[in-house]
Amino acid sequence: MAERTAVEARRITRIFGSGTAAVKALDDVSVEIRANEFFTLLGPSGCGKTTLLRMIAGFEFPDAGEILLDGADIAALPPYRRPVNTVFQNYALFPHLTVRQNIAFGLEMLGRARAKIDARVNEMLRLVRMEELGDRRCDQISGGQQQRVALARALAPEPRVLLLDEPLSALDYKLRKEMQVELKRMQHQTGITFVFVTHDQEEALTMSDRVAVMSRGKILQIGDAREIYEHPVNRFVADFIGESNFLSGTVAAVHDGRAEVRLDDGPVIMAEVPRGLTPTGRVSLVVRPEHGELAPPGGGGLAGTVETVIYSGTDTHHRVRLDGGGLFIVRSQNRRGVAGGRAEGERVAIRVPDGAAQILRD
Amino acid sequence: MPSAAPHPAVRPRGARRGREIARRWLLSAPALLVILVAAVGPLFVMALYSVMAKGDFGDVRFGTFSSEGWFGVFFQRDIFDDTLTLADAHLTIFWRSVVLSLQTTLAALLLGVPTAYFIATRPARSREIWLFLITIPFWTNLLIRTFAIQEVIRNEGILNGALVGLGIVDRPVQIMFTDTAILIGMVYVYLPLMVLPVYASMEKIDFRLVEAGYDLYAGRLAVLRRIILPLARPGIVAGSILVFIPSLGAYVTPRVLGGGKNMMLGNLIELQFGPGRNWPLGAAISITLMAVVMLALLVYVRNATKGGQHG
Repeated sequence: MAERTAVEARRITRIFGSGTAAVKALDDVSVEIRANEFFTLLGPSGCGKTTLLRMIAGFEFPDAGEILLDGADIAALPPYRRPVNTVFQNYALFPHLTVRQNIAFGLEMLGRARAKIDARVNEMLRLVRMEELGDRRCDQISGGQQQRVALARALAPEPRVLLLDEPLSALDYKLRKEMQVELKRMQHQTGITFVFVTHDQEEALTMSDRVAVMSRGKILQIGDAREIYEHPVNRFVADFIGESNFLSGTVAAVHDGRAEVRLDDGPVIMAEVPRGLTPTGRVSLVVRPEHGELAPPGGGGLAGTVETVIYSGTDTHHRVRLDGGGLFIVRSQNRRGVAGGRAEGERVAIRVPDGAAQILRD
Repeated sequence: MPSAAPHPAVRPRGARRGREIARRWLLSAPALLVILVAAVGPLFVMALYSVMAKGDFGDVRFGTFSSEGWFGVFFQRDIFDDTLTLADAHLTIFWRSVVLSLQTTLAALLLGVPTAYFIATRPARSREIWLFLITIPFWTNLLIRTFAIQEVIRNEGILNGALVGLGIVDRPVQIMFTDTAILIGMVYVYLPLMVLPVYASMEKIDFRLVEAGYDLYAGRLAVLRRIILPLARPGIVAGSILVFIPSLGAYVTPRVLGGGKNMMLGNLIELQFGPGRNWPLGAAISITLMAVVMLALLVYVRNATKGGQHG
């Protein structure tokens, strides 16, 4: 299947402020978002993800670079001429209109016939499962319901691209989980390209086809959830996505995509090398907590002492103070009837299996 | 054991409630007194005067009831043969007052709403300066401001000077002593009363809603019509009321700018209490004016709020 590009940002730069106070909100950012994919811009606040989203919507304009929608430059178009709709962070529902009137708004502005509008509004109410509440005012429904109305309103005009600006951040945990699934379902059902902005890495990994990790106005890595989680390109990505243990060492040898690294803490391990990198000398590595294995002391591996044990239902976290001074977290799944936990203060060795560690670019 | 007596706990609680109610009345007494003396009192006096016989040198003859006052609002009796005709002079003045007040309100809306929008969309700090500028006219006495307007619009005034100077007209346009002069004066005087409440409601609008409107294919005009104006409706309603009511009873402006013949209701009432020496008639006209204002308000507010619910 040929991958069509829905949105393309080419070398976008946006600078806020001027002189010494100037901040590069976006710094030479390029990204291609494919048609019908669920694409997420992920990063901490102030990384430029919302600025990029607002540029696609037409509320911000790049100082340099261009934005293409289906191959056509849309930089000169005002927001009301772009076939793109937004679900705003605070929903921005019109308080003077009912749920139905909110959903119909975009269609009315497009000059659709009344009968078609009514049919489409009904269809949207069904899609977001709000058939009964169509005539309510928007301040008479709950936060989760407002969220659904905002979605229905943005989807009603059948936009080429749906932009979602942290739409779940105001919801409580359980509702957020529910809406994640709902969003995914709606994206499948409508076949519309979703561009989703969030600072919640878990949300990004569970929902997205592809994720772009951003920091300080730059895109650091683009890839699917597995790629981002298992092969982070640098320390920032590794640190931001999930929990990480960082180690440092010296490269001893490299053969077919793996490097033999002598860790500063002693043992020699086989580490993954990111594509296009030829590591030499000193490197830093990342090991995910679930990839470390606890073993009795003396059998090789990283020697240390268990500092804290945290039982969290499905897993147990062991925070181990290495003899070299660093901290290493090991997460192991709890199994029924198996007392896997170590006691605090117990001496252990942590084994890092081949390929569990990954060399970072910087 | 069944008993008709109230539950022992009820009685003391009832007494306590009684004391509580008395305390509340006592606390609100000063406010009630002010309303009674300053608002209801004068109205009562007016109503009373309107049904008394008029005194020979003004005032009223207390205790002598008469319908002459109310009669005079609508009819006039010929001095020679006692035939009755409609008091068309009063009706003309009444009509002029209503039309001029409506025009004033409309003009204040057309000028005030964009002004309020302009101020509401400025950055927070310059907003204060703009608001401050809007309130400057209040610092000067109304009479003086009205004379200043006269300086602008009279035949040898600034406006006509400019028009003639630029060759737009050959001769000065007669504005003074016309209804137009009254209109200009009233719009000038009452415009801030429109700008301030409209600004107050526009300032509260979440401008992310405007973004949402643009996002949903609404152009500038549609955003204004479908989002900003409906959300500013409370301010627009309040501003219209604040402009319309004092316009209807305006006294100084029509007196100075309209000359003697273009009277409005305020002038007519003043005439009865002054040179006309017909207090019952003046009082009756006042009450009529008030009744009309209340009726108009009732209709307007009802329509305005109904419109708000249905978007």
